[in-house]
Amino acid sequence: MKRWITTTDHKRIGLLYFWTAFCFFLVGGLEALLIRLQLAQPNGHLVSAETYNQLFTMHGTTMVFLALMPLSASFFNYIVPLQIGARDVAFPRLNAFSYWVFLLGGLLLNASWLVGPLFHAPHWNVAPNGGWFGYANLTERQFSPGPNIDFWLLGLQILGISSLAAGFNFIVTILNMRAPGMKMLRVPAFSWMTLVTQFLVITAFPVITVGLVFLMFDRFFGTHFYVATAGATPLLWQHLFWLFGHPEVYILILPAMGIVSEVLPTFARKPLFGYTVVVFSGVLIGFMGWGVWSHHMFAVGLGPIADSVFAGTTMLIAVPTGVKIFNWIATLWGGDIRGSTALHFAVGFIAMFIIGGLSGVTHASPPADLQQTDTYYVVAHIHYVLFGGTVLGLFAGIYYWWPKMTGRLLSEPLGKWHFWLTFLGMNLAFFPMHLIGLLGMPRRIYTYTPELGVSALNLVSTVGAFLIAVAILVFLVNVLRTRTHGRPAPNDPWGGATLEWSIPSPPPVYNFSVIPTVASRLPRWKTERHEPMRDPPAVPPAPIHVPPGSWWPLIAALGLPVLALAPLTHTLWLAFLGAAILLVGIYRWAFEPFEV
Amino acid sequence: MTHAAATHHTSMGLDSRKMAFWAFIGSECLLFSSLISTYLVYKGRSVVGPSPHEILNIPFTSVSTFDLLMSSLMMVLALAAVQRGDMKWGKIWLFATALLGLVFLGGQVIEFTEFVHKGLTLQTNLFGCTFFVLTGTHGAHVTVGVLWLLTLWVRALQGKLGPGQALTVEITGLYWHFVDVVWIVIFTVVYLIQ
Repeated sequence: MKRWITTTDHKRIGLLYFWTAFCFFLVGGLEALLIRLQLAQPNGHLVSAETYNQLFTMHGTTMVFLALMPLSASFFNYIVPLQIGARDVAFPRLNAFSYWVFLLGGLLLNASWLVGPLFHAPHWNVAPNGGWFGYANLTERQFSPGPNIDFWLLGLQILGISSLAAGFNFIVTILNMRAPGMKMLRVPAFSWMTLVTQFLVITAFPVITVGLVFLMFDRFFGTHFYVATAGATPLLWQHLFWLFGHPEVYILILPAMGIVSEVLPTFARKPLFGYTVVVFSGVLIGFMGWGVWSHHMFAVGLGPIADSVFAGTTMLIAVPTGVKIFNWIATLWGGDIRGSTALHFAVGFIAMFIIGGLSGVTHASPPADLQQTDTYYVVAHIHYVLFGGTVLGLFAGIYYWWPKMTGRLLSEPLGKWHFWLTFLGMNLAFFPMHLIGLLGMPRRIYTYTPELGVSALNLVSTVGAFLIAVAILVFLVNVLRTRTHGRPAPNDPWGGATLEWSIPSPPPVYNFSVIPTVASRLPRWKTERHEPMRDPPAVPPAPIHVPPGSWWPLIAALGLPVLALAPLTHTLWLAFLGAAILLVGIYRWAFEPFEV
Repeated sequence: MTHAAATHHTSMGLDSRKMAFWAFIGSECLLFSSLISTYLVYKGRSVVGPSPHEILNIPFTSVSTFDLLMSSLMMVLALAAVQRGDMKWGKIWLFATALLGLVFLGGQVIEFTEFVHKGLTLQTNLFGCTFFVLTGTHGAHVTVGVLWLLTLWVRALQGKLGPGQALTVEITGLYWHFVDVVWIVIFTVVYLIQ
């Protein structure tokens, strides 16, 4: 237990990220099921309008910040150091800090479901209720007096610190910790996409932090950043939020694109088609992701010039994305394809992401977007992108790297069941939403009338959501079964080309008995010019120093939720206590002997 | 502040801590540009007074600005002294940098108090909101920098900071100069261009 709490090993931290994020994924999924039950029939009365607001807000917030981002982070942690031939990340204790801050921030956010009585609320649940985008001035104290939004803005600020710390860590790790001979254009596609993602993280999160700080000051200290009567414009929030929010979309999808770029070549037994183009398309997406945010704001009426520019940039960003899709298809073309579960999910990703991408291009046109804004059509789009894209991509990664991370192979037959149920379920759940939206059903409204004519489509969507739930249960059965009955994994169960497959599954604590020297982009494959590398010996020829654990990242992290409790409970001494814990943690951390 | 990272092989030939710090500074640029942009967007939109020209005391803040600029010079001298192993002057310059930082913070306290007496608080109008949050965030950065410098100074007094830790001093310097540069931008945008 102590060894897990004080760990600085990237592999353990990766597993901690995985299980924590997966639990939050289940919580977010339960919230989705409640939403779908409420909408299964017209005039539903399973939950109240107020609870419904909390459900969709927490579903979105949880899935974005507590499930998808940290599930990607679990692969950054576990896989990136292995792929680049490193013994750990650049700053192992900072990595532990990122994890603990994420966990504590997630717990703080979700505590809001249970603590209503402490805030003299009439119900248990005082969860955030202003949407995952928290538009000001709806989220101002005047219109949202309860603690709900406070939990949201404080939780998100804490989670931002976690993401920023991880961002600096992984940028340095990937740039600076590569094995000898691994030039930047020999870095595997997944690690490349991780790098681009981290650059987006460290540039986008400060912007939302400023937006949240303004909101915090408005709510607690009586400033007027979003108060229209004081001359402020609520548009400021929308700009700050979406300036962060659109890069965030790429923070969510680029890691999945990286995973797919690893899975397809392995199971087609062909190098990734146009590796360099795939990498630079990812970089280009990262840059262009900063120039499209106002397409979330067409309905605001920014004027014809701004609308035209953002319509243009939004259509343009589809180009590098499309390039990647053609490269993936060309990778499969003529390949020696083995239909593993991981490949099923990767190909499912391509197909579903194309649908999501196409509906995305339809929002790029302001006149069309005005018809779609705030309808279920947009809900359909984001779920094709974030479920059909990110979640399927993450599952491809889970089936691909599970043997490496746990030493056992997940069951392939159960995996196929998992895939097909997910595939069927998600299309039943999300495809009808296109029609529901175009027929005029607004999103974020807790019920609808039978006269709208979308009752049958909504029922189908609910059935689809429950099919997805069944698929997740199949996955959990697979995981439990694998713990005891799973086939032990050899070093390389798939014939992979990258370094993580050259070492035991799961890897020893030092990863590589000897740091490999890399001579090609596909070091473990025979290419025209290169023989496959020799895998590192099973026993290290010389003793390897392994860093000890540390308590201080956890203790420093504990200071943050204590700090957040101060405004939440209007208790000044908590602020001093939190700052003191943080300071002590940082000082002890800085001065403890710790050799990496 | 262990020196372990420095002993490792690095792919880019740049120390990992320094690289991380450059990334951090890049990130901080976005933080301050969001704050400064907000100040500019809200300039002249306050519905009640007082307005910047009634409040801001350019001569006073010019002295503060000069003080902070000089602290950057002290920082350069501190790093140079530590690098050549001259810890006597290293200690003096480190303390001088921190002291000038403290003087700047003192100036900010005086300035804020005077503004409040003149009727400009955080809640008065948009100018008050944006001014205090922007300059306050900068002041918080200076405070962190002063604590950091004093920590190094104490370490130097204890004999635990020598030329082997020059990189630590260099990174502190990166932070300090960055905070200084941000102030130059704030001083120009908020005080000089009204």
